[in-house]
Amino acid sequence: MLNKVNKPKLVVIGNGMAGIRTVELLLDRAPDLYDITVFGSEPYGNYNRILLSPVLAGEKTVDDIMLNTEQWYDDNGITLRKGEMIEMIDRRTCEVVTREGARVPYDRLLIATGSNPIMLPLPGKDLPGVIGFRDIQDVEHMVQASTSYKHAVVIGGGLLGLEAANGLMKRGMNVTVVHLLDTLMERQLDQVAGGLLRKSLEERGMVFKMPAQTQAILGEDRVTGVRFADGEELPADLVVMAVGIRPNFELARKAGLHCERGIVVSDTMQTYDGRIYAVGECVQHRRQTYGLVAPLFDQAKVCANHLAMKGFATYDGSVVSTKLKVTGIDLFSAGDFAPGADKEEIVMQDASRGVYKRIILRDKKIVGAVLYGDTIDGPWYFQHLRDGTDVSHMRERLVFGAANLGDGGHSGNNSVAAMSDETEICGCNGVCKGTIVKAISEKKLFTIDDVRAHTKASSSCGSCTGLVEQVLAFTLGGDYSAAPKVKPMCACTDHSHDDARRVIVENGLKTIPDVMKFMDWKTPNGCHSCRPALNYYLLATWPGEYRDDQQSRYINERVHANIQKDGTYSVVPRMWGGVTTPDELRAIADVADKFNIPTVKVTGGQRIDLLGVKKEDLPAVWADLNAAGMVSGHAYAKGLRTVKTCVGSEWCRFGTQDSTGLGVKLEKFMWGSWTPAKVKLAVSGCPRNCAEATCKDVGVICVDSGYEIHFAGAAGLHIKGTEFLTKVATEEETLEIIAALTQLYREQGWYLERMYKWCDRIGLDAIRKQVVDDVANRKALFSRFAHSQQFSQSDPWAARAQRGVDRNEFTPLAELELA
Amino acid sequence: MTKWIEIGTLNDIPVLGSRVVRTASGDIAVFRTSDDEVFALDDRCPHKGGPLSQGIVHNKRVTCPLHNFVIELKSGTAVAPDEGCTRAHPTKVENGVVWLSVQTAVAVPAE
Repeated sequence: MLNKVNKPKLVVIGNGMAGIRTVELLLDRAPDLYDITVFGSEPYGNYNRILLSPVLAGEKTVDDIMLNTEQWYDDNGITLRKGEMIEMIDRRTCEVVTREGARVPYDRLLIATGSNPIMLPLPGKDLPGVIGFRDIQDVEHMVQASTSYKHAVVIGGGLLGLEAANGLMKRGMNVTVVHLLDTLMERQLDQVAGGLLRKSLEERGMVFKMPAQTQAILGEDRVTGVRFADGEELPADLVVMAVGIRPNFELARKAGLHCERGIVVSDTMQTYDGRIYAVGECVQHRRQTYGLVAPLFDQAKVCANHLAMKGFATYDGSVVSTKLKVTGIDLFSAGDFAPGADKEEIVMQDASRGVYKRIILRDKKIVGAVLYGDTIDGPWYFQHLRDGTDVSHMRERLVFGAANLGDGGHSGNNSVAAMSDETEICGCNGVCKGTIVKAISEKKLFTIDDVRAHTKASSSCGSCTGLVEQVLAFTLGGDYSAAPKVKPMCACTDHSHDDARRVIVENGLKTIPDVMKFMDWKTPNGCHSCRPALNYYLLATWPGEYRDDQQSRYINERVHANIQKDGTYSVVPRMWGGVTTPDELRAIADVADKFNIPTVKVTGGQRIDLLGVKKEDLPAVWADLNAAGMVSGHAYAKGLRTVKTCVGSEWCRFGTQDSTGLGVKLEKFMWGSWTPAKVKLAVSGCPRNCAEATCKDVGVICVDSGYEIHFAGAAGLHIKGTEFLTKVATEEETLEIIAALTQLYREQGWYLERMYKWCDRIGLDAIRKQVVDDVANRKALFSRFAHSQQFSQSDPWAARAQRGVDRNEFTPLAELELA
Repeated sequence: MTKWIEIGTLNDIPVLGSRVVRTASGDIAVFRTSDDEVFALDDRCPHKGGPLSQGIVHNKRVTCPLHNFVIELKSGTAVAPDEGCTRAHPTKVENGVVWLSVQTAVAVPAE
C-alpha cells in the first residue's frame, strides 16, 4: 500500500449523493489509489436527498435517510471537511481554496456541487418564511413552521412542489398549490393523468390555484400572503418555492471551466480540464442536465471507473422514469410523450377504477409511457423502452401489461403497497416483502442487483423482478436507480453478451483466456456466470476447432447427468420421439434394480428418469444402458432436450401426418447440439395438438396439407404460446427450417436466453425473414448447423463408460481412514 | 503438531477443478487454482450442504452447484452478502505431491 504522502490526492467538492456514490465505487474498484478529501457545505454526512419528502411527511426521520455516517469516512481513510465552503479553484497551482482561505492541493478534482432551488425574483422573496425545498435545513424549517402556523402556499405544481405540499398537509397545514400551467407535473404527465392526480390530491384536502401567476409575496417582518397577477390574494405563513432547480456551477465557471446550463463534461465525465471531473446535477452532458438519481448513479459509475484508471466505460446519457413519492398515489412516467406526427398512442382509461395508461410508440418501439392508478407494469414498459424492443407482435395486448401477455409467470398479487410484510414476493427463495423492505432500509440498497445480492429475492427464476422493483420503488419512494441500458455479462466485465459474441467472431479469438485478455476482464479467470457463457460462444463459433473447456461447464454438463439436492444424480436415457421398446424398458428396470436406484419417474418430455444415482456409479449405469442401445438423453444440457410427439397418422383416427416419425427424424438430426439455453420440441399429428406443441421452443402442428411450424413458446417460469413461423408442404422443408431457425438462435442468443426471449429481443419479423423468406440464407444456416453436428453427435456416456474419458471425475482422489 | 497425509499428486487435480478425498467423517473437496495453489474444504456448502467439489472454481473461490453460493477457498467463508462458513483444511504441495492436514475443530469464519 502506498503511504498517504505519496498517493495522488483526490479532492471532492460536494458531499451529496453523486459525489459520494462516485467515491464509494472508486473505493470498490481501486481501494488504495487516492488520498481523498471531501468538502461538504452542509453540517451532515451524506444523506439520501430523494427521501426528504417522506421526512417532511413524517414517514421517515433524518436518521433513516443517512447513507454514510462519519464513521464510514474514518473507516475508509477519507478526510471529511463538512460545513466548509470552497471559494475558489486555482487551476494554475491545482489547489482549492476554502472560504477561510485554506489551500488544499489536488491531483484530481471532482466537482459534485449539485443544484440550487430556483427562487423566483418576486418582491418579498427574501422575507422570513419564504424557502426552497432542497436540503435538511429546508425540511426542518418547514416542520418548525407547521407547528406554529396554519397557511402554506407552495409555488410550483411539479414533482417537488407536490411532494412538499403533501408533506405540509400531513403536518396539519392548509396547503394551496400554485401552478403556472393548467396541468400538474406537465413534464411527466399528460392532461388526463394530470387531471386524475389533481382530483385525488383534492380529495385529500389539497387546494389548487392554477393556472396562476404569482406577482408578489406580501409581508413586513415575515410573509403574510401571496398576490397573483389577477389581483387575488391568499394568506400565507409559509411560502415554499418549488419551481425547479438550477445546476450549481458558479465555482466551475469562475475557474474558467466551460459551462453552459451546467458544467460541460465529456462521456468520461471530464470537464475541459482533464484533471477535473464533474458528476450529478451540476453537469451538462450532451446538452442534457439531469435532476433524478438514476442518471447520476450511471455517471458516478463511469467517473469512478475512469478515476480508478480502468477507463473504458463511457456515459452516453440516460432515459429516466419518474414516480411521485406521495403515499397512496400510483403514478409512473417515462420517456417522451409529447404528441408528434410520427408517434402513435395506445390509451386505456377506466375512470371508476381511477386507472389511466398511455403508451406512446414510434417506429414499432415504446418511446414513452404514462401510468396512473395501476403502475405495476411501469418497470416492464421502461425496460422495453430502454432496450428499444420491437413491440409490434404484442401491440394489441400491450396496454394490459406483462401479465396479460401470458408472460407473467406465477405472479398473482400485484399491488405491493397493499401487501402485508408477510406476503411472499419471491417464491423460489421464500423472501417476504418485510424482509426486502428491511434490507433496503437497513443496508441502504438502491438497485435491483443490490436487493438480489442481499436477500436473494428475484435471483433465481426472476419472474418476481417486477414485484421486487415495485417494493424497491415503494420503499425508496420511487426514484431508484434503473438498470444500465446495456447489461454487462456479470461483475467480471463491463461488456455485454453481444460484445463478447462479436469480438470472438471479429478477432478470431479461440480460447477463454484470449477473450478475457482481449476484453480486459476484471477477474483472473472469470466466474461461474461468464465462463460457461464464453465457453458456449466459442463452441458455437468454432465448431470442430474449439476444445470444450470442462472446467467452464456447469456440473450437469460436465458429468452428463443432473445433480440433485443431496449430491446424487439423475439419469435420463434418450427415447427418440418418446418411443421405447420392451427391451429398453427391461434394461432400464435391470439398471434400477442393480444399482438400487430409489426413484423411477416419467418426465414431462416423454422420457424415463432414474433418480438418486451415486456419482461413482454413473459410468457403470451408462455402460449397462449403452449395452441395451440407449444413449444420453441430454436432459442436463443447454442443448436439444426432447422431441415430444403424439402417435399421429400411424395409429390415431384423427392424425393427418406421421408425427411420431417426423419427431424421431428431427431428434436424430438435432441431438447433441449445444444451444444458448435448453431447446424442447414437439410434433402434433393434428390441430388437437396432443403433444402440446404450441408451448415449446419449436412446435410442429401437422395438418392435412402439410406442416405448420411454430416457435418461441414456453411453459415454465413463463407461460407463452408459440408464434407462427410458416407453413410448409414436406418433412424435408420442415427439417430444414427448424435446423436453420435453431442455428440462427445458436448464433445470436445470449447464454441462458431461451428462444422466446431471443425472439422478443430480435423480433419475429427479422427472424422470419432470415429463416423463411431468404432462401439462400436459410440454406446457409442449415449447412452451418449440419456442419456443427458432425462434431457434436457422439454419445458422451459411451465416451465415459467405455473409453474412460474424465475418469478422474468419478473416482475419489484418496480414501483416508482417520484415527 | 500438524499431521500431514499424502493424498496424491498435483496433476491428479484438474486446473480450476476439484477432487474428493473420502474420510470417515465426510468428504473433503480439494481444489486447484489457475496458479496451482491447492486448497481443501469440507465438501458441504454452509447454505444447504451442496457438494462444493462439483462447483465451478474461479480465482480463489468456488461456486456451489446447488444455489450459487460463492465460497472463499482459503477460509471457507461465504462471500458477502451471503453468510456462512465451511471448514477449511491446510494443504501443501511439495515436489508435485499434495499433502492434507485434516482438521477436526468446527468451522469459524476467518479474520
